[in-house]
Amino acid sequence: METQRQGPIIFSGIAPDEGLKAALGQSRADVIGEVRNSQIKGRGGAGFPTGVKWNLAATAQGERKFIVCNADEGEPGTFKDRVLLKEYARTVFEGMVIAGYAVGAQHGYVYLRGEYRSFGPHLEQVLQQMEDEGALGDAILGKKDFHFDIEIRFGVGAYVCGEESALIESLEGYRGEARNRPPFPTNTGLHGSPTVVNNVETFAAVPHIIAKGAEWFASFGTEKSKGSKLLSVSGDCRKPGVYEVPFGTSIKQILKMVEAEDTKAVQVGGASGTCVPKKEFGRVIAYEDLSTGGSVIVFNSRRSLIDVVHNFLEFFAEESCGQCTPCREGVPVLLEYAEKLRAGELTRNELGEVYSLSETMQLASKCGLGQSAPNALVSILEKFPKECPLSTSQRKELVR
Amino acid sequence: MSKKPFTQNTSRAPVSQRSQPAEQVKNKHFLGGMVTVTIDHMEVKVPMGTTILDAARTVNIKIPTLCHHDDLCLAGVCRVCVVEVEGQRTLQAACSYPLFHATKVKTYSPRVRRARHNILNLLLKNHIGECYSCEKNNNCELQKLAEEYGVTEYKFGHRDTPRYARDESSFSLVRDMDKCVLCKRCVRTCIDMQEVGVLESINRGQETKISTYLDKPLNDVICINCGQCVNRCPTGALTEKSNVDDIWKAIDDPEKHVVIQTAPSPRAAMGEEFGLKPGTSVTKQMNTALKRIGFDKVFDTNFTADLTIMEEGTELLLRLKKALVDKDPDIKLPQFTSCSPGWVKYMEYFYPDKLDYLSTAKSPQQMFGALIKTWYARKHDIDPKNIVSVSLMPCTAKKFECERPEMDDSGLQDVDYALTTRELAGMIKECGIDLPNLPKSNFDDPLGIGSGAGLIFGATGGVMEAAIRTAYEIVTGEEIPFEKLRVKPVRGMKGVRKAEVPIKSAKKEWKFLEGATLKVAVGHGTANARKLMDMLASGDLQGYHFVEVMACPGGCLGGGGQPVPTSAEIRQLRANAIYAEDETLTVRKSHENPIVQQIYAEFLTEGPCGHKSHELLHTGYTVRGKWIGKQGASPSGKKKKR
Repeated sequence: METQRQGPIIFSGIAPDEGLKAALGQSRADVIGEVRNSQIKGRGGAGFPTGVKWNLAATAQGERKFIVCNADEGEPGTFKDRVLLKEYARTVFEGMVIAGYAVGAQHGYVYLRGEYRSFGPHLEQVLQQMEDEGALGDAILGKKDFHFDIEIRFGVGAYVCGEESALIESLEGYRGEARNRPPFPTNTGLHGSPTVVNNVETFAAVPHIIAKGAEWFASFGTEKSKGSKLLSVSGDCRKPGVYEVPFGTSIKQILKMVEAEDTKAVQVGGASGTCVPKKEFGRVIAYEDLSTGGSVIVFNSRRSLIDVVHNFLEFFAEESCGQCTPCREGVPVLLEYAEKLRAGELTRNELGEVYSLSETMQLASKCGLGQSAPNALVSILEKFPKECPLSTSQRKELVR
Repeated sequence: MSKKPFTQNTSRAPVSQRSQPAEQVKNKHFLGGMVTVTIDHMEVKVPMGTTILDAARTVNIKIPTLCHHDDLCLAGVCRVCVVEVEGQRTLQAACSYPLFHATKVKTYSPRVRRARHNILNLLLKNHIGECYSCEKNNNCELQKLAEEYGVTEYKFGHRDTPRYARDESSFSLVRDMDKCVLCKRCVRTCIDMQEVGVLESINRGQETKISTYLDKPLNDVICINCGQCVNRCPTGALTEKSNVDDIWKAIDDPEKHVVIQTAPSPRAAMGEEFGLKPGTSVTKQMNTALKRIGFDKVFDTNFTADLTIMEEGTELLLRLKKALVDKDPDIKLPQFTSCSPGWVKYMEYFYPDKLDYLSTAKSPQQMFGALIKTWYARKHDIDPKNIVSVSLMPCTAKKFECERPEMDDSGLQDVDYALTTRELAGMIKECGIDLPNLPKSNFDDPLGIGSGAGLIFGATGGVMEAAIRTAYEIVTGEEIPFEKLRVKPVRGMKGVRKAEVPIKSAKKEWKFLEGATLKVAVGHGTANARKLMDMLASGDLQGYHFVEVMACPGGCLGGGGQPVPTSAEIRQLRANAIYAEDETLTVRKSHENPIVQQIYAEFLTEGPCGHKSHELLHTGYTVRGKWIGKQGASPSGKKKKR
């Protein structure tokens, strides 16, 4: 590793096989128990407790089970997984093997976003090395009845394939579209079998948890959000990059860390996240406050937030899979409204429709993409009324 | 409650889109059997895994749907059916939410009503084409929803310029994607129900559209023309290619002698277009209507259905003789029926190496066409060039079949136009004819007599039953040992059915069949046809003699040209009507049809499968394969000059 990254957990350093050895020395139930006790939640942003997920898959009936690593890092403004895959691939893969051991799966897939295709050879090399060292394949680390292999699959650039059920459809060779839930992947996932889909970062944390203990892990973070979070910070700051911070770190602290000045707003959680105004910079990164898959975008006072929202909506219009009505047809309508807003032509009536349509999309879209597409527009309207060229009476309406 | 009888056993649907059959869940001991849920304050007890939509139906709560269809696997894409489920942050699609826990559901809360209203407005935004100039006017599910949910203005705007060119390349279907609401029913029909897989979404976001392989015209891909997608399209995006104008032109031309043959299935369904209950047979009223419209002669396709039995049955017996007595290794058994043009084309695309298994007998429509312009023309001294031969069919694939280049054994195109049930209903309405209240009239002579055996061709298993009634009697000299001639084992709606008929004694020329057991199988819908072909490949059809396949679920009565909507229940009622009418007829066996006997006496004098029969009533097939492009499939013959 060239860059000496520093952080409480994932960047804290761990020897190869350290976590894996510790895991294979325990029973499957104990591994799941350890993960559960660590209270780690999914690092993709949705925050489903990982231990619970593993347990569901472990207890589900199925001849085959699968572990899938979601490396379709597509949220605008996130790039932390590329760091993990480039510099900590071994740890990530070991996390997958541990998951496979705990759940009773024999196959793992890494669903790598198409833009990361160039990582392929490196990742294959790491896998080969693991296999050579007996950390992958048959009888892993001498454990006779445990077989696990990992295959790398490439996405072809659809944002929606970061949604776990769409990812599975894509893995199966279908068009990347979200499935109906329930049934959930832990029960009916890849090829109809119980499947654990976790983020790269979640798998990267697992060897640390097993090697160093759930208690150690849970000593970081807040009461409801244990451990640390990798943040991809970009935008108007002097030191953009990937940082590992414990949960509970405030926006203010982050801005100081990255040497941002004259900051007007921070978009947390990428295009589907929320925009935080200056007066709320005391808020913290945590599932119970500002939940994020890792994207933190800093805007200084020269930026127009309407332009930002417009950009996000264009992104969603492009990336909506086109399956369900609210998202497919709703995003272009919001985009039209955003254009009118920018031009100062949004009527009072239309402002009402923005809220009404946003609610429909948030409630009735089939997957998280459509459900979160209106977030940015709504948060700008509510939190940054001064940014929006609206009449006084309209502005009053915003304060609902 | 929807049972999804047809698609439950097909395999191509993604796991997530398959219904969760309650019985499967029940077998999982740890889940128990029933679950009690509260829907709008009403308690409902349903088997675990039942969807909210189905549970609500049991207590007559209507939840609006658009992408859902009882025949198809789940989609959950239109989101019109969203409801509130206690404990869920977001609204849930009732059509695809399975119930496993005691739950409270609200189907019309303010949030639900707002969402539905917005979703309908969004659907209407890009749905262009005026209702009054649409073929589906008054039979459009989107129109109905807009009315029910009080859409009085286009809240989110309305596109007024078309985005897509209409695809009119197919002989059978027209695709107008500007009317498409992306419910994907056609996609699911094609890939899951029929296992053909011509249609799928392409592009993303608002650019999403239903398309074919490489966005080619429908005529250049492996569409089998079955039209099942048309039957399930909720809007006017998919319709049949209309021949109505051509037919009016012929009728209005005094030089032309316009004859129409009517297939058995339209008469069992035509009433639905005029507000009658499904399963109301209107055979004789329809005859009157056709004559009033101006057809010179109204004939019965059942006659050539009987002829088909004679030809196809004889072909089978000859194949059996060659295989069993002459030990000819080249004889292919079982023999597959060839009357369904969708099925024939399916074979040509997917099993081009198995075409020898198909009977060479033409379909009843084409036999009729060949005889009209030869035997009938000569008998009545009409110049065949002046005859316009029309058929009334429940089928869109028949439009393709009559255009097949080889179908010109009379020297002219044997059948000029195939009309669907829906098209004829339109013509009848256009004339202001009140079909249900018309006086009854018979078919015209001489091609107006069909047996009950010809009639039941309309239902799945009908061809097989008709063949058994005749073949058994030819071989044994005795009537089949089934009460009232009902060959029950081949009836019904199960996807694949098998039956065995033992032959205890045989007449002298068929002695080699004595003691044998005639083994037959029946399948309907091409998904089930694929199962039969898989069985053929694996040897599971070893020892079978005859297999009937119809491309459409339920057989012809569920054809792509039949009235919309369709469902398992409607198809069953149509079948009931056909079987009931069979029992009212005096002639119920094909070989007892007097006209059949007459034609063999005076025209096809060498008998079934004789030289003349081969010339007029038999055909060959085209090796097409699934390759599109260079390797070859030219999915259709070029349209010929008239």
